Amino acid sequence: MSIKIKNANIVDPENFEGVADILIEKGKVVQIANNIKKKAKTEIEAKGLVLTPGLIDVHTHLREPGEEYKETIESGVNAAARGGFTTICAMPNTKLVNDNAQITKYIIDKANSYKKTTVLPIGAITFGLNGEKLTEFGYLKKAGAVAFSDDGKPVADIELMRRALEYSKAFNLFIISHSEELKLTNKGVMNEGALATEMGLPGIPNLAESIAIKRDVELAKLTNSKLHIAHISTKDSVEIIRDAKKKGVNVTAETAPHYFTLTEEAVKGYNTNAKMSPPLRNKKDRDAIIKGLQDGTIDIIATDHAPHSSLEKNIDFESAANGIIGLETSFPISYLLVEKNFLSFSTLIKKMSKNPAKLLGINNDIKPNAKANLTIFDLKKPYKIDKHSFLSKSQNTPFNNFNVTGKPVLTIVNGKIAYIDPSFSL
Amino acid sequence: MTKAIFKKKDLLNIASLSKEEILLIINTATQMKEISERDIKKVPTLKGKTIILFFYEPSTRTKTSFDIAAKRLSADTISISSSTSSIVKGETLLDTVRNLEAMKPHTIIVRHSSAGVPDFLAKNLNCSVINAGDGMHAHPTQALLDIMTVKEKKKTIKGLNVVIIGDIAHSRVARSNIKGFSKMGAKVSVAGPPTMMPQGIEKMCHKVFYNSNDAVKNADVIIMLRVQRERQKNFLFPSEREYFEVFGLNKEKLKKAKKDVLIMHPGPINRGLEISNDIADGKNSIILEQVTNGVAIRMAILSLLAGKKI
Repeated sequence: MSIKIKNANIVDPENFEGVADILIEKGKVVQIANNIKKKAKTEIEAKGLVLTPGLIDVHTHLREPGEEYKETIESGVNAAARGGFTTICAMPNTKLVNDNAQITKYIIDKANSYKKTTVLPIGAITFGLNGEKLTEFGYLKKAGAVAFSDDGKPVADIELMRRALEYSKAFNLFIISHSEELKLTNKGVMNEGALATEMGLPGIPNLAESIAIKRDVELAKLTNSKLHIAHISTKDSVEIIRDAKKKGVNVTAETAPHYFTLTEEAVKGYNTNAKMSPPLRNKKDRDAIIKGLQDGTIDIIATDHAPHSSLEKNIDFESAANGIIGLETSFPISYLLVEKNFLSFSTLIKKMSKNPAKLLGINNDIKPNAKANLTIFDLKKPYKIDKHSFLSKSQNTPFNNFNVTGKPVLTIVNGKIAYIDPSFSL
Repeated sequence: MTKAIFKKKDLLNIASLSKEEILLIINTATQMKEISERDIKKVPTLKGKTIILFFYEPSTRTKTSFDIAAKRLSADTISISSSTSSIVKGETLLDTVRNLEAMKPHTIIVRHSSAGVPDFLAKNLNCSVINAGDGMHAHPTQALLDIMTVKEKKKTIKGLNVVIIGDIAHSRVARSNIKGFSKMGAKVSVAGPPTMMPQGIEKMCHKVFYNSNDAVKNADVIIMLRVQRERQKNFLFPSEREYFEVFGLNKEKLKKAKKDVLIMHPGPINRGLEISNDIADGKNSIILEQVTNGVAIRMAILSLLAGKKI
């Protein structure tokens, strides 16, 4: 199978920018040039569209195995492909926890069978996410795990976290920290402050996140290990990471679109689609997150795609599950940062593709002989986010009906079309 | 007799009521109060109406008060508690209430330990929903009966110094009373240990005190809150004797308040923890009048929501 993409505006930061044709054969890019003459089985006119290296999400929750009613690996990769993602990293906190090689292998095999977005599993740090015993990092890596995390929960035991950071070095892999001090979160369900008081909801102070990040950054320094901080949401967290990077700590950080788009105000009316961990914060924090993206403190925009059904979400706020989906909204919501001149498009692609690739040790430059993992966007046509159109099994999003423009219209994974927008004419 | 019509479907919190609506409810309650003094305590206002009392948290006073209010208006009441409902069989809250609504009640009165449950029900049901207390959020009927009771004694709420003392952070009564009394023109202050003060409270009220001694100075109304003894486990206060010493109310401290100060308490009282025996039973205490007015307020709300005047 061969594909020729014609006249695409290629944006591959620090590698190639300009209008050209791309020829793909046998899963790989074979030529990038103007007016490629060679015919291809599928020829795509991409004039006026933008082509980038495929988006990579380092933080996705697929619910299989265990909670297939929320999301399966199949619906997850379909949603990912539609969202422009060519690779996603699956967090291990499935109902059957990915704490062993068999589950890792199951996820990879199943994902590969759909020939859509590539799934790279993240193994648990501790068995059953119980925070008591290290998993077998070596066997997990052999089966295909790319990192370790107990995401959804912090590793509360500081000694165990230290050992996890140290031990991961033997396999040249890294730890992703869900940094949270549970004693400070207590029973909290939203950002602590006047609004929580007003709504009668127990609050979570910013410190629950930042003090845990401080701990983990110090541990990374002590152990000289590579650490990635998941979903940062507060101003203090940004400052701690900025400072750590300055001191040479090997730390990277991600945030998610909701933290630079929404504030705690979205919770008003007991909106369970605005409930997540960490919680939405206030304007000062949101602005600091944007600043962190601008100055490079925050390397990555991840989705933290967390599907839940109406059983977990169409209930009272305090009992509702944490998390929102993001695979199909992450790009358009993040593109709002470009429209508002907070980030250049090229920087956005770094945050959503190049930096995640770097973290995972992948070179995803668009060049001859490289795997053809590409995304094409329409950045001009305005549209409305419609949760009913999602390929994800779940619809728990606070972004329904948002007016956006950035739209992934074609996603190519390993040289094959994984998603093509219905409006796109071949 | 007031002819204004109450247009709301639900009563979820005090914040969503206008001053006029609050006065309408209180005036209606004042008229209804007389029914409870009769030998035959029943009027036909809500005859043929079905009211469900859906109580997911233990409650004696509020539940009984609503039940009596409904029965004095001739409504049929059904009472459901968490232990007798299908929730224990694993049914979701939404399924439970949809099933209840399918039996065509006119009103569902709900109490729940989780904030926002009445809002959630109101959004999902066509029948009227009354909040009988949700988590730390709101207890609108308590605020209304408190305002009514003070208004009876002081004629007007405007300009009164109201102080609420106790565990403000965990109290829906405090939140609703701060909003309600402030809306009616009172100066509302709060007092209690800093561990029991929620963030942003200073923006919601006149003053914040960390002891009852200063708080009661010049007070026209003192509302004492129940302190849950279990809170000691969460490090919110070290001992009962110190709590009573610093944050409780006794005869000595009361001298600093105005002579005709009103002492209130939503109940149940912890005698000797937040309030001394003699004060609870003293001449300034209107605690039992609150309970009497509670029935009248609930009668007023039930009939106003049903679109009835008296």
